[in-house]
Amino acid sequence: MFKKRPILKYILSKGLWYLFTFFATVTIVFILPRLGGANPVDIIMGKVASGLSSEAAQKKEEAYLKEFNLVKTDKDGRIIRDESGAPVKTSVFKQYFNYLCMTIRFDFGTSFLYYPKKVKEIMADAIIWDFFLQVPAIVLGWILGNILGALAAYKRGVFDKVLFPASLFISSIPFFAFGLLLLFIFAIVWPIFPSAGGYAENIIPSFSWDFLSSLGFHYTLPFLSIFLVIIGDYSIGMRSMGIYELGTDYIKYAKSLGIKEFTIMWYVFRNGLLPQLAGVAILLGQIIGGALVAEIIFSYPGLGTTILHAIQGNDYSLIQGTSIVVAIMILIANFSVDILIGIFDPRVRAGIKGV
Amino acid sequence: MKLLKNLMKEFTFVFGVSIFLLVLGIAFLSPLFINVDAETRIGMPYMPPSADMWLGTDHLGIDMLSLIIEGLRASLYVGLLTGVIATLLGTFLGIYSGFVGGWVDEFINMITNLFITIPYFIVLILISSALKEGRSLELIAVIIGIHTWTWTARSVRAEASSIKSSDHINLAKLNGAGSITIVFKHILPYLASYVFMVFIIQVVTGILMEATISMIGLGPYDSVSLGIIMENAMKYEALGDGAWWAFIPAVILITFIAFSLYTLNTSLEGVFNPRLRKE
Repeated sequence: MFKKRPILKYILSKGLWYLFTFFATVTIVFILPRLGGANPVDIIMGKVASGLSSEAAQKKEEAYLKEFNLVKTDKDGRIIRDESGAPVKTSVFKQYFNYLCMTIRFDFGTSFLYYPKKVKEIMADAIIWDFFLQVPAIVLGWILGNILGALAAYKRGVFDKVLFPASLFISSIPFFAFGLLLLFIFAIVWPIFPSAGGYAENIIPSFSWDFLSSLGFHYTLPFLSIFLVIIGDYSIGMRSMGIYELGTDYIKYAKSLGIKEFTIMWYVFRNGLLPQLAGVAILLGQIIGGALVAEIIFSYPGLGTTILHAIQGNDYSLIQGTSIVVAIMILIANFSVDILIGIFDPRVRAGIKGV
Repeated sequence: MKLLKNLMKEFTFVFGVSIFLLVLGIAFLSPLFINVDAETRIGMPYMPPSADMWLGTDHLGIDMLSLIIEGLRASLYVGLLTGVIATLLGTFLGIYSGFVGGWVDEFINMITNLFITIPYFIVLILISSALKEGRSLELIAVIIGIHTWTWTARSVRAEASSIKSSDHINLAKLNGAGSITIVFKHILPYLASYVFMVFIIQVVTGILMEATISMIGLGPYDSVSLGIIMENAMKYEALGDGAWWAFIPAVILITFIAFSLYTLNTSLEGVFNPRLRKE
């Protein structure tokens, strides 16, 4: 069945691989916090045992233990305690199984910081901002970077001499440092853009001109801090790829045939795109992580800022939830890039083994 | 010697090396000329630069120049440690899987792919938040290094498996050389330039990743790094107060380090890789 549809086979096998990676990641999220000295499960367990927390805090802590099935409970849902008053733990396997079931249902428990709000709700609010900030910034930056890189390789001369060092320099600036600079220059020294938030606080979200323009104003700096760095990164890669391609025999042959300049450039561009896609696939985790930190600089209401608050507030369920969701985001992004590679790569189309 | 001569002709190489040496100089030679003290409060919070304090003070009134020098050293240290860990692990496992092949190769390949897809960001957040008390500079370097060795392993594996079937390796095998001799005498020298280039990238990655996790409040508890300086500037409203000296020097230095090492890497590529060499 798959012999005639090599692309489908490729997508399915990649999909299975990502499913496996997803479970590996989820398992790592379960194991890692349990290795450290400041193990959140033990800390909360200890707090509940000592009974020293305030009543409100105790309610949250007990709810956490019960929610994730970390302790044994009796029929009425009360925590079973031993003689010293410490709660009785369930086995690690039971904890893991329960955690897996919850994760598959996208149930990440209740937040400590924003009690009694569910982690799921908090993240659903944040993730929309990430979607509209990161996807356009990364995709458009990648496309424009590749076009500029190919142009620089083809034209060389002044265009290249200006563009190449500029790109190299901009791409060396980490997202957060570039964000700090943009914020300082365009929001404080010369305050033409707002310095924090997703929209002005005094506007109620609606489809009005006021709200949309406020959104746009708040969007500009975070977008630029990601977009420009990505352009720099990928124009460099495309440039060296282009220079290499231009020296190959097929281009020399095409030139000698008198094929139009634009067509030749298109050949170079198309052949450079595949390795560029593979390059972005490897770095996606780093790019998305960096972009989340860029968000923090602008206090943009996305997941990056949520993670920061969760870490500062020791909100364990929120840290766990955001970790899984960011991992899923990166896995989906990687999977999409892999599918694109499958569509563009002639080796996959021809159904050659070992790709 | 010929290599060095070739390198000196490359403008980008000279440029990259000079900037990097300048950064090293600031980190390690400056104590000869100025008094580095990143602990004593010598003034009011956020005092602007003056003749006595070239870079002013931070939010506690500590000399900013001293903090920058200390932070620079810490960041370079993290980068170096990350680079060494990742390069040793990656080169060893990469050569092993490329040269030996078989199920070990398959297994290492799977681990490599897994590490590339599992976001480092998540691993860092989880480990770092579980280790509230003991999050030292070394531990952070180890965590980053354990995550980035896969890049080296991947590229070294590809190179090693392409060299594996070349004539000089077959000759060595005919002569009765053991695997270890072949790896050290006949494969490693071929890969040395390549491994070194990836090592440079690993160093930059270590420095940048450390700064990134410091920005979200998961940096080292026991030392000042460039990332910690920027985090403090953010946390204590240096931007709103217009105290540019509290973060601009750190931003510039970290950019210079990355820029100089990237340029160095590109110029080495140009010399080592004949395809890119100018005609």
